[in-house]
Amino acid sequence: MFIAARSALFLVSRRLQPWTRVKKRTANNLKSPAVCCQRKKSSYTPPPAKYGGRHTVTLIPGDGIGPELLNHVRELFRFCCVPVDFEIVRVDSSASSEDDINNAVTAIKRNGVALKGNIETNHNLPPSHKSKNNLLRTSLDLYANVMHCQSLPGVPTRHKDVDVIIIRENTEGEYSNLEHENVPGVVESLKIITRVNSLRIAEYAFNLAREKGRRKVTAVHKANIMKLGDGLFLQSCKEVAAGYPDITFDNMIVDNTTMQLVSKPQQFDVMVMPNLYGNVVSNVCAGLVGGPGLVPGVNYGKDYAVFETATRNTGKSIANKNIANPTATLLASCLMLDHLKLHAYAKMIRKAVLKTLSETQLHTADLGGQGTTSEVVHTIMQEIQRGGPRTSEQI
Amino acid sequence: MTLAAPEPPPAKYGGRHTVTLIPGDGIGPELLNHVRELFRFSCVPVDFEVVHVDSASTSEDDINNAITAIRRNGVALKGNIETNHTMPSNHKSRNNLLRTSLDLYANVMHCQSLPGVQTRHKNIDIIIIRENTEGEYSSLEHESVTGVVESLKIITRNNSLRIADYAFKLAREKGRRRVTAVHKANIMKLADGLFLQCCKEVASGYPDIEFDSMIVDNTTMQLVSRPHQFDVMVMPNLYGNVVSNVCAGLVGGPGLVPGANYGRDYAVFETATRNTGKSIANRNIANPTAMLLASCLMLDHLKLHDYANMVRGAILTTMNETRLHTVDIGGQGTTSEVVQSIMRIIQSGGPLTTEI
Repeated sequence: MFIAARSALFLVSRRLQPWTRVKKRTANNLKSPAVCCQRKKSSYTPPPAKYGGRHTVTLIPGDGIGPELLNHVRELFRFCCVPVDFEIVRVDSSASSEDDINNAVTAIKRNGVALKGNIETNHNLPPSHKSKNNLLRTSLDLYANVMHCQSLPGVPTRHKDVDVIIIRENTEGEYSNLEHENVPGVVESLKIITRVNSLRIAEYAFNLAREKGRRKVTAVHKANIMKLGDGLFLQSCKEVAAGYPDITFDNMIVDNTTMQLVSKPQQFDVMVMPNLYGNVVSNVCAGLVGGPGLVPGVNYGKDYAVFETATRNTGKSIANKNIANPTATLLASCLMLDHLKLHAYAKMIRKAVLKTLSETQLHTADLGGQGTTSEVVHTIMQEIQRGGPRTSEQI
Repeated sequence: MTLAAPEPPPAKYGGRHTVTLIPGDGIGPELLNHVRELFRFSCVPVDFEVVHVDSASTSEDDINNAITAIRRNGVALKGNIETNHTMPSNHKSRNNLLRTSLDLYANVMHCQSLPGVQTRHKNIDIIIIRENTEGEYSSLEHESVTGVVESLKIITRNNSLRIADYAFKLAREKGRRRVTAVHKANIMKLADGLFLQCCKEVASGYPDIEFDSMIVDNTTMQLVSRPHQFDVMVMPNLYGNVVSNVCAGLVGGPGLVPGANYGRDYAVFETATRNTGKSIANRNIANPTAMLLASCLMLDHLKLHDYANMVRGAILTTMNETRLHTVDIGGQGTTSEVVQSIMRIIQSGGPLTTEI
């Protein structure tokens, strides 16, 4: 009985601890404003890496078509006198040490914003060698991957008027890199779904839908098979949906979703889903609007944002042949300019890119045209020059 | 299509086969009734042993009875049994239970464009072989810490070798030139890495067949833009689910494609995309093509090739020539009109029928 009483007391004291902890936290708040700022989650953003009116952005060239396309971005920015300086950090995909990627992560933490090409992950290397892209996303906690798939006028596709925003959880799910082989020949791969991350991504999705004036959010899942995992995700989405009565919420199983996307993609508005389904669905949507060369993607975290192409292709087979489509990377850089609040520059470049695509019909090989990458970029620069005085002299 | 292992004797007595029939939910019962009607009309020597499985009950007796019946008969034709997400997690998916208990390790779906059906892509011909028992469908999940769920995806060497072997054998049998393994080994290095490695090992034993691999996200994107580059595809469970649904969407929808689940000793036939179709149940608008083609696959499996060809020919004639389409493929026909038309074509084909 004494033991029971002691353990009861222990339990009671454990229950009381959270309250005492909260009290200490508020006491700290009063004492040190710096600590207070770090604890307050919603309104604190790190100061932008802006000095003398110029922003500094980390640039990670990556592999394959990354370096050449990002060079075009720099060329274009220099031509348009965009007040952005790039801090280039190279990441060697074949090195097994993680120093390169850690340097990149540090640079992004310093600058807050990055533009990157995809870093290749060699399947043949041992499993201890993690995917560098994945490491970057998880270290910076870039929990939301947002991809806005829009049919672009001037690009011939089988489906018209596709306008879907895909929000994909970016840090957990099947990409947890937790695998082991307890018994030789039997591999267990862990898919982690947490309530906190699911609520967070659902909150992000609904906020974005509201901001953009969207009417419907669809959660994509496979809860009939993965009842606990995707069941938790679905339930978190439902809870968040209850706080947004102006937005319709429904859900669909991933296999049905992909089938509907292929037949009637116009029924979808905003979609939110865990990591792997997001990967598949975003690639299907990219295929629907014209291919991997057209769609930009963004990875948002609480404090950082990294911009890249939506489908994260390395494009090894077309590297350095001057045939890659620069549209996705250029539109990604426009999204970055919007994020840095340089809206005028963003609009100017975006308009030129879209005009090149739709009016001059200068298409690269992936869209069925004959143009080279440099021709397309050149045309964009000509468009910009025609638009106003805001350019440097030589094209 | 079963591999050359000692087969249990067929459930054939007096020249008539017995096949287990599981109506399932949604559009299953009505479509399987049409199948029975059609078989009776065409004098197909198959008797159906009907086993009902109640998706709402929590006890597993129903599904165990169904499994026993299939073990006895060797072959089954089924509709999809609904899995209610809101029930507690110990209530497993009945379809999944059936597949794992009978070890139906290969799900085969042959996606072909049908000439009479309007689609955005023409002339698609892809065979998808999907591992059917493990992978993400292991039903092993737990919540060790509240708010954190771990879901286990199991890949084993044995099953991967088995499915790869099945895929290559099938490719060889059907005269196909290339097998593509679909995976995500850049992220799931051990699991999909093992699957890929097993496929490579088996591929080395089939030098006449080309083997390549593709990451699942790229695969789905290529399927949507250029599906003609694919021939035979082999993949683990979840990717198989997604890829087969994408392909079904490409050829015209879930109402057109039949699927087969093969094990060493048993075979179960159903629609490829396993839809319950609750919203269109009992309204006479469901497309019977997928279920009827599945029954033809079953007749082929039972070596009743003449009947299979007769029924299949009638279905394709209805689809392509008379253009009698149901709502899902853009027509106005009802299910019974389509079935009647098929029966008329069979009757006009020869004397092998009862009266309409």
